[in-house]
Order: sequence, then C-alpha cells, then structure tokens
Amino acid sequence: MASHEFRTDRVEVAFTVNGKPVGLAVDPRATLLDTLRDELGLTGTKKGCDHGQCGACTVHVNGRRVNSCLSFAATHEGAAIDTIEGLGTPDNLHPMQRAFVELDGYQCGYCTPGQIMSAVALLAEPCGESDAEVAECMSGNVCRCGAYQNIVAAIQSVRKENAT
Amino acid sequence: MNSFTFTRARTIADALRSARGDVKFLAGGTTLVDLMKLDVERPAGIIDLNALPLAEVRRTPDGGLHIGALARNSDVAHHPDVVRDYPLLSQALLSGASVQLRNMASTGGNLLQRTRCVYFRDAAMACNKRSPGSGCAAIGGFNRNLAILGTSAHCIATNPSDQNVALTALEATVHVTGSNGERSVPIGDFYLLPGQTPERETILEPGDLVTSVTLPPPAPGAGSTYVKLRDRASFEFALASAAVVVTIKGGVMQRARVAMGGIATKPWRNLDVEAALEGQPATRERFADAAQILLSDAKPQSRNGFKVELAKRCLVHALSVATAVT
Repeated sequence: MASHEFRTDRVEVAFTVNGKPVGLAVDPRATLLDTLRDELGLTGTKKGCDHGQCGACTVHVNGRRVNSCLSFAATHEGAAIDTIEGLGTPDNLHPMQRAFVELDGYQCGYCTPGQIMSAVALLAEPCGESDAEVAECMSGNVCRCGAYQNIVAAIQSVRKENAT
Repeated sequence: MNSFTFTRARTIADALRSARGDVKFLAGGTTLVDLMKLDVERPAGIIDLNALPLAEVRRTPDGGLHIGALARNSDVAHHPDVVRDYPLLSQALLSGASVQLRNMASTGGNLLQRTRCVYFRDAAMACNKRSPGSGCAAIGGFNRNLAILGTSAHCIATNPSDQNVALTALEATVHVTGSNGERSVPIGDFYLLPGQTPERETILEPGDLVTSVTLPPPAPGAGSTYVKLRDRASFEFALASAAVVVTIKGGVMQRARVAMGGIATKPWRNLDVEAALEGQPATRERFADAAQILLSDAKPQSRNGFKVELAKRCLVHALSVATAVT
C-alpha cells in the first residue's frame, strides 16, 4: 500500500482534440488514453497492453505519433491531439482508412485505429520506401490476427497515390 | 497507481525548487509511467519537465555537439549533424523501441532508463534494486536477458539502453544541475556498478536534474557502427550490442573506442580492450583477441551462458564493419 497520504487534487489542462478546444480538470494519474476514452467519449483509440508495447493507443500529439497509454493527460497543456475520429468518417474515409478496407489490412479490427494513426504519421516521417523499411517503422503496432502483409500493402498504396 | 501531486515546472529553477522529498522528474514518461502502472515506482510527487527549454541540439564551439536533455530520441536520431558526424548514435537510437516511443522518449530519460529484468518489474518478486535487502530472484531464475559483466551477488540486471552504449563509445559528458550547482560528468563515471547497492544506478543525488549531454568533436576519418543482436528483428532489447569507433592509418588501428550493451550492468567500456586494438592491424584475429579480453571476466548465470560467445561475435562483427574488414 502507498506509504504516503492519498491525494486527489485535480489538475487543470487545456488542449485541442481533433481541432476542438477541450478544458478538463484531470486526476494526475489519468493517461491521455483513458482521458480520451472515458472523459471525452472518443473510444476509437484502443487500450491493448496499456504499457506502450502494442500501439493500439496510438494518437498524434502535435503531429507526431505517440503511445497515449504512457502519457499523463496533464502533461499535454496546449497540445494539438488528433485521434482516429478526426481522420475521416464512414461516408468520407481518409485515404489510409480506405486503403485498409480495400486491401484487407485487418481482421478483428481492434488494432486498426492505432495501425492507421501510425500509418498516416509514417508517410510524413523519414521512413524508407521498401516494404521492409515500412514494416520496421510499423513495429510499434502489433496485430495479433497477423494482417501485417496487407497493412504494409495499404500503406504502400497510399504512398503511391500521394506520389501521383 | 498510487496518487501523487503534479507540478508543471516552467523554468529549471522551478524544477529544482520543487524537487524536495519523494518526487520524480517526468520527461517522455516511457519508463516512468510504465513503472508507476506496475507499482514499481511510487513517487509522492511528479514534476513535469516538458515545458523546459532543454530540447535543443546544436554544435558546440569546439566542434562537438550539445544535445538537450529533452531532445526526443527521434529528433536526435534524424538530426543531420548526428547522422553525418555521429552515425552510430543515430543507429543505436533507431535500433531501440518503436517510432512512437522514440517520439516520446528524451535523451535524459534514456540515460536513466531502468532495467528490463522481469523481477525488477514485478513488485511481488524479490529484487534488491527495487526493494533493497529483499534478495535477487534473477540469480538462478529467468536470467536469459541479464548481465554477465559487472554483476554482484546482489544484482545481475542489465542496463537496457542502446543510446547509452553509443554515448559511452563517443565519450559523452553528462551535464547536471542540482542544489549544489552545476557539474559535468564523463559518461564513464556516470553509472555505478550494483555492488551492494543496486538501487543506486548513477552518481545523481536526489534533486539533481540532467540538463544536457555533450559529445566531443567527431574523430576525423574514423569508422564506426552500432551492432545490436536480439531475439526479434525490431522493437526488442539487446542480448548483446557493440558500439565502436575506430581510426585506421595504413591498415593499423590508431584509436579505438568500444562500448558494449545488453551484457553488463552498465554501458560497458573496458580500456584493456581498446589497448589491445590500438597499434594492431585491423584483422579478424586481432578483433578476436580483443573480444577474448572483453569476456575474460564474464560471469555467466544459469540461463545466459550463450552471451559469452554472442558478445564476442558481436564485437568482432562490429569491428569488421567499422574497419571494412571482411
């Protein structure tokens, strides 16, 4: 048990999520992942391992992909946070979402929001263009159904689309 | 997770002033938040450093490089000066973790990364590092990934970092500020052997803040590389790794710097290994001689005896790559 007194002081934090300003008083223990899901109702971001090993919780903070499970919400004062909900809608899919559907880049779908958030970020990163290099840059996103081959194919198809 | 007070530091002075009692500085969080979820770390207070102006990477007047403690691993790995002048640091960083984690993890946090020993990470198990005096369940337990050099009867945990191995071969200096003012510590003096106090991993005192790391000017004409051997091809800690920087003239090694990871309780440098290379022709035979010296004091545990040969081959391969010997 904790050897020190119980503290419940909440911390004020303001950031944007998918472009919309959000102001919250959070428990300092609350991760960005839990805050998105439980406080803001954005359940597209998934909790897998909750230890930064699986990538299901991947979101963008100031344009960079991070594991939202290893990040306290209180540390994101002033940040711009983007989640899968901000990427596209069922009627207006982001090109990466469309590529995952068309090329069968998933089976059960649980890891897919994290895969897609990583994939979108990857195309703006200094990642090589070969399949092997793409796989390396995607190693922080685990897919236990094993859809890796089609995930790489989806990313490569969007890269080609962007190049034309 | 235990509850804690949360303080946003706006200046370095702010951070130092708040650093009283059982508090931890928080940067990228990739180690600390993980260990807090496991109840391995239970600080009463967290001081968030992320707003401090410590992320800069720039040349130093002497032609070296200043890397701010909050510079993220991704930014350092892809920084043009690092890629050009210290490529083994870039290689080491890119061989560690995942892109997401590298986007979060900071230079200073990586310096203080904690071991991946499963007994340290499980609060129910005996671990002298986590709970001094409780024993070491790793000795005789699952120790496949643990150390064969620098161990003691109290701890055999490996330093898991790739960055720190490259920084050791590059003879980096760690800059620290604390209640006793500022000081600069060669990385070779920064880490402590576990001995009887495995809970003490570095020379840092309570309240000390790492502010930057500096690198000396790159060795002219040197060849270098970072070789990492592991169970998976990506997103995996080293079973053995080698960071080497070698300058050759006329086929003879003039200057050699060698650091090893994955096999020791701290980033491992043995000056006898470097002395055995310097003045010698760059051949696989001489590399093997140096590897023999490196492992001469190795103390394998019940499940990691394979690391003796693995580490030798890792070093010989790294030296072959750095000196272009086939």
